[in-house]
Amino acid sequence: MSTTDIDETTTGRRKPLGNAAKAARGDGRAGARDAGRKPTTTIIITALLAIVALYFLVPVYWVVINATKSTEDLFGTSGFWFGENFQLFENLGAVLSANDGIFPRWGLNSLLYAGVGSVLATYFATAAGYALAKYRFPGRGFVYALVLGGVLVPGTAVALPLFFLFSSIGITNTYWSVLIPSLVSPFGLFLASIYASAAVPDEMLEAGRIDGVGELGLFHRLALPQLTPALVTILLFQFVAIWNNYMLPLVMLADEKLYPITLGLDNWRAQTDRLPEFYQLTIGGALLSVIPLAILILVLQRFWRGGLTEGSVKG
Amino acid sequence: MRSRTAPWVLLAPFLVLFIGTMIIPIIMAIGYSFTRVERSGLLGEAGVESVFAGLSNYIAALTNANFIASIGRMVLFGAVQVTVMIVAATVLALLLETASAKWPGFFRAAYFLPYGIPGVIATILWSFLYIPGLSPIVDVLGAVGINIDFLGPNMVLWSIANIVTWTYTGYNMLIIIAQLKSIPGELYEAAKIDGASTFRVAMAIQLPLIRPALLLTVIFSIIGTLQLFAEPRLLQTMSAGITSEYTPNMSAYAFAFQYNDIGMAAAQSVIIALAAFLLSAIALGVSNWTEKRS
Repeated sequence: MSTTDIDETTTGRRKPLGNAAKAARGDGRAGARDAGRKPTTTIIITALLAIVALYFLVPVYWVVINATKSTEDLFGTSGFWFGENFQLFENLGAVLSANDGIFPRWGLNSLLYAGVGSVLATYFATAAGYALAKYRFPGRGFVYALVLGGVLVPGTAVALPLFFLFSSIGITNTYWSVLIPSLVSPFGLFLASIYASAAVPDEMLEAGRIDGVGELGLFHRLALPQLTPALVTILLFQFVAIWNNYMLPLVMLADEKLYPITLGLDNWRAQTDRLPEFYQLTIGGALLSVIPLAILILVLQRFWRGGLTEGSVKG
Repeated sequence: MRSRTAPWVLLAPFLVLFIGTMIIPIIMAIGYSFTRVERSGLLGEAGVESVFAGLSNYIAALTNANFIASIGRMVLFGAVQVTVMIVAATVLALLLETASAKWPGFFRAAYFLPYGIPGVIATILWSFLYIPGLSPIVDVLGAVGINIDFLGPNMVLWSIANIVTWTYTGYNMLIIIAQLKSIPGELYEAAKIDGASTFRVAMAIQLPLIRPALLLTVIFSIIGTLQLFAEPRLLQTMSAGITSEYTPNMSAYAFAFQYNDIGMAAAQSVIIALAAFLLSAIALGVSNWTEKRS
């Protein structure tokens, strides 16, 4: 690994840089490291970034364009531009009404799994993370180690054993079989505990205790507001993780009516081999399922980044 | 409530669910991995019986040529894909943070967007871009004389790598950017006074200081690679190159639901979990060691 080389370079550089940093502070100037860049550099870097952006946007562009086509145009015309007939709304109508409106149902199922799952998981993980960060009690180290082990064990490796467990108590092929495992976020616990140890001062809790606030009240009324950035981050991570999950519902669910969107669309795509009209259903369905999440990601990106940054600075 | 019971009350909901959905299944998996199910009757309706099998499931798993091949495939996949992705994410993060680029907000959002698209949907979208006749990319490449069969037996692994890279590069880039933003401004100012070039700043200041974020992304990527399941499983119907035991996870799934060999499936699950656990622990250990040394 070359990291050690880089490391030695830094240690070598650290001293002079440190002195220079002091000098800079003495001048009272900070930041503004990008003053006076050459315009050619800007053009080259921006062009480079634009080409990379094309790569990331091509599949999304393709699905938007091709959701407007008829099945003949889909195969007969260039995939990068519109076909002869513009029938986006007919296609989407077909998606929504196919099979007695199974697609909207899949959408609601996904929303139920990801919505309820992520809210409860965030609350549970934050409460537990806060407890580990702010209390010293016997067994604390053991709980930490146990949960760390849980983070490192891949979720899909647990999916099969979980199926055996759930089938032995008879709750496979129910909403519970997907919802219950979604309520656990060991990663969220770690984020919450790192964040709580930095953002919730002990003095604040002590002051609360003196004012006669109960221990649960301390968490709900004093600590939770301080933990908002961490809450948003955990919530988003968990929402996306549940929404994207494939193996767990695949293992647990047999009834199509309980499927989330991912599993449902996979079902439709598998039928394209025999029935070409399923291409249009799959493409339209993919478009409909990409839109809400894309908006969510773009809107919440700022919060997310903020949460991560502060977590890493303070932790 | 006394503050002695308070932490346990706060921990209780999480711990109950954690034990119920992770610890108990893992223990059960370990249990299954040491047993063999013996069926009597044509469909097992006359009763099934679990017998202790010792290490025979593990021996069977580790001598199963397909399972070993699937592990080797993931090692190759991880070595190439994780490297390409982390390098790309780092370069993109550094470029976006040079402040030389225009519209950094737009680019950041565009790169991060795929993370919000479920692996299943991403695979469906890319699979349409891989199918000859449907894919404009195959058309364009064909027009300039390049004929690539993205779903061919040798190519399909890298077509999967492309989907994974597409999905997670922006996400890893955001983690690295977050770490870059935490570097104090004085360091850059000082480097400028020292006359350091942008490249020098990246090598001497930014890269060493974002090492914790890089390590985090590498660990998560390795665990992700070991778990690879949805992408190859979806492409399976389209590519002759993907068998039902293409990745370790697909293998475990196939043994559980297609071959009805739960002992073998459990043994493979345990091996996958153990491998992920060990790899992560080694990565954490190496990082702690290098940090102490410097």
